[in-house]
Amino acid sequence: MPEQLAFTIEVFMNGLMAGVLYALVALGFVLIYKASGIFNYAQGVMALFAALTLVGIMEGQVPFSHLINAILGTEVHHFGWHVPAFLAIVLTMVVMIVLAYCVQRFVFRYLVGQEPIILFMATIGLAYFLEGVGDLMWGSEIKTLDVGLPQGINVWIDEFTFDATGYGFFIDNLDIVASIVAAILVIGLVMFAQYTKQGRAMRAVADDHQAALSVGVSLNFIWILVWSLAGFVALVAGIMWGAKSGVQFSLSLIALKALPVLMLGGFTSIPGAIVGGLIIGVGEKLFEFLIGAPFLGGATENWFAYMLALVFLVFRPQGLFGEKIIERV
Amino acid sequence: MFYREAGDFNTSYAQDQQTFPIKFDRYRYYLVLFVAIFVIPFMVNDYWVNSLFLPFLIYAIAAIGLNILVGYCGQVSLGTGGFMAVGAYACYKLMTAMPDVSMFIHILLAGVITAAVGALFGLPSLRIKGFYLAVATLAAQFFLVWLFNRVPWFYNYSASGQISAPERDTFGILITGPNTDAWATYMFCLIFTVGSALVARNLTRGSVGRKWMAIRDMDIAAEIIGVNPLRAKLTAFAVSSFFIGISGALFFSIYLGAVEVGEAFGIQKSFLVLFMIIIGGLGSIFGSFAGAAFLVLLPVLLKIVGVDWLGWPTDIVAHLQLVIVGGLIIIFLIAEPHGLAQLWRVAKEKLRLWPFPH
Repeated sequence: MPEQLAFTIEVFMNGLMAGVLYALVALGFVLIYKASGIFNYAQGVMALFAALTLVGIMEGQVPFSHLINAILGTEVHHFGWHVPAFLAIVLTMVVMIVLAYCVQRFVFRYLVGQEPIILFMATIGLAYFLEGVGDLMWGSEIKTLDVGLPQGINVWIDEFTFDATGYGFFIDNLDIVASIVAAILVIGLVMFAQYTKQGRAMRAVADDHQAALSVGVSLNFIWILVWSLAGFVALVAGIMWGAKSGVQFSLSLIALKALPVLMLGGFTSIPGAIVGGLIIGVGEKLFEFLIGAPFLGGATENWFAYMLALVFLVFRPQGLFGEKIIERV
Repeated sequence: MFYREAGDFNTSYAQDQQTFPIKFDRYRYYLVLFVAIFVIPFMVNDYWVNSLFLPFLIYAIAAIGLNILVGYCGQVSLGTGGFMAVGAYACYKLMTAMPDVSMFIHILLAGVITAAVGALFGLPSLRIKGFYLAVATLAAQFFLVWLFNRVPWFYNYSASGQISAPERDTFGILITGPNTDAWATYMFCLIFTVGSALVARNLTRGSVGRKWMAIRDMDIAAEIIGVNPLRAKLTAFAVSSFFIGISGALFFSIYLGAVEVGEAFGIQKSFLVLFMIIIGGLGSIFGSFAGAAFLVLLPVLLKIVGVDWLGWPTDIVAHLQLVIVGGLIIIFLIAEPHGLAQLWRVAKEKLRLWPFPH
């Protein structure tokens, strides 16, 4: 097998894995958008916040320690204990649910019925707020997150492909785990939406708020549920991305990477988020490898996804799987 | 008591159509202009100009530009940072290529170039609407920043990849570079800010502005009553980018002097300007000024209170600032979605009746 082709296939595989991670973030967007019409820009910051909280709890950090020290002049940093990963994840989930409740109770309850663009801007405000709170609570230095996920090159694939093609593919174990987790998550979410009572209520709300309200679905509860689910997805995304590249501010920028994924897949479709994520992941890695790095000076990954989505949307404004946009005067 | 239209008789159409029909408003406006032109330049020093007046004036231009697009024409854009970068780099290329031409012309030309780029990136708005468009403008943001980072021609092959403004004067007065006088840079920016506000105000109340607003309120209905959506949207993109380009050029050449594109014109800048017009008020020229003033003042105030008075570390104050800005945006959207401009309007309504509200 020629070298170039082997490299291309490797890049393709890695693109698929990256795409899965994008899709993971995009999933959170789709959940909230479907159920409440809110385009939640804060999804990326929620992932960052979840990851920060997880690390903080595991390390036994004192929340707001910097602020407390600055005000009271004390020197507190850590409680001095270490929480096992599983317990910490559960505790973080509790925090995310509380957050979901607060977001619904203090922000979006007052914004029901506003124009979508106002809601969108409110989530940008929420993103800033959360980012600031996260930094104040846990400090802004780069942290490493280790919940015991396997990392490094997958030796089996390396050897297998070396035997088959004469060139060993580099696939990170973490990416494989992330793909499996994402698959489970998607199946779980679809099952939840299709087969449980709350899931049906959720779909009813997504379909028509007023009709759902009139048959006795509690909008408030459903919205808190949806934000909690988005918090859960954010936590999973935060763990995966945090384990991959450390918990730091740039984690929140994955929200920006998820946006073109959403545009491509359509805002309202869960399969769309997955397919869109895979297309973007493969597309940007292949473009960078084949055209960007040799001819354009590299780092095309910054914009390729947006350009792809932009060109695509000109031909199909609702995305791949989105509901057809019908406009009436 | 003093704020009345009673007794204020208009005897010509020109009087009837003027920007400030109420006498008190008009005199207040003249007073503000008088103070800005004849008082402030004689009182400012470098610190005040660089930390308050220049950012305020420059961001006000950017906010006016974005407000035309978002507030008047209803096309949400997150590409402001990228367009400011176009203005800055256009200005830099012009400054270095033609050192003898006045800075006024360079800055205006930078605006024109940005307008062309803006219209180009506005083309998809004919097909893409709402959120999809907002995300599509991110393509402009990231692509333009990448372009200025990667193509050496734009930064004249300088080793650091930065651009820095050489010394240039206008009418014999030095306005760029390290050896400028505070009042000169201030006046230079003030001229552009006042000019932009005047042009924007008159555009938005003329036929072009009414077309924009028709498109904003419902584009299909506007098309049916005879507004050409192609022309209206593209002019909105072009005019908006023109102002944003001017502000980018001023931001680089007058205010910062040296720029690293990813840092100065990143996505954060787009959000900052967007916040200015949300807090100030969408669809209002006064709101652009109010929002710019608010978001320029807030960090300075927080820094004075947090760092100088309370002695907190700067990083905590920076994080607190994020929390406060985010919280304020949410509060504004809940309490007053039309921003500071609406508060001002309400106050004026109250003043008209004061002190006998019945």
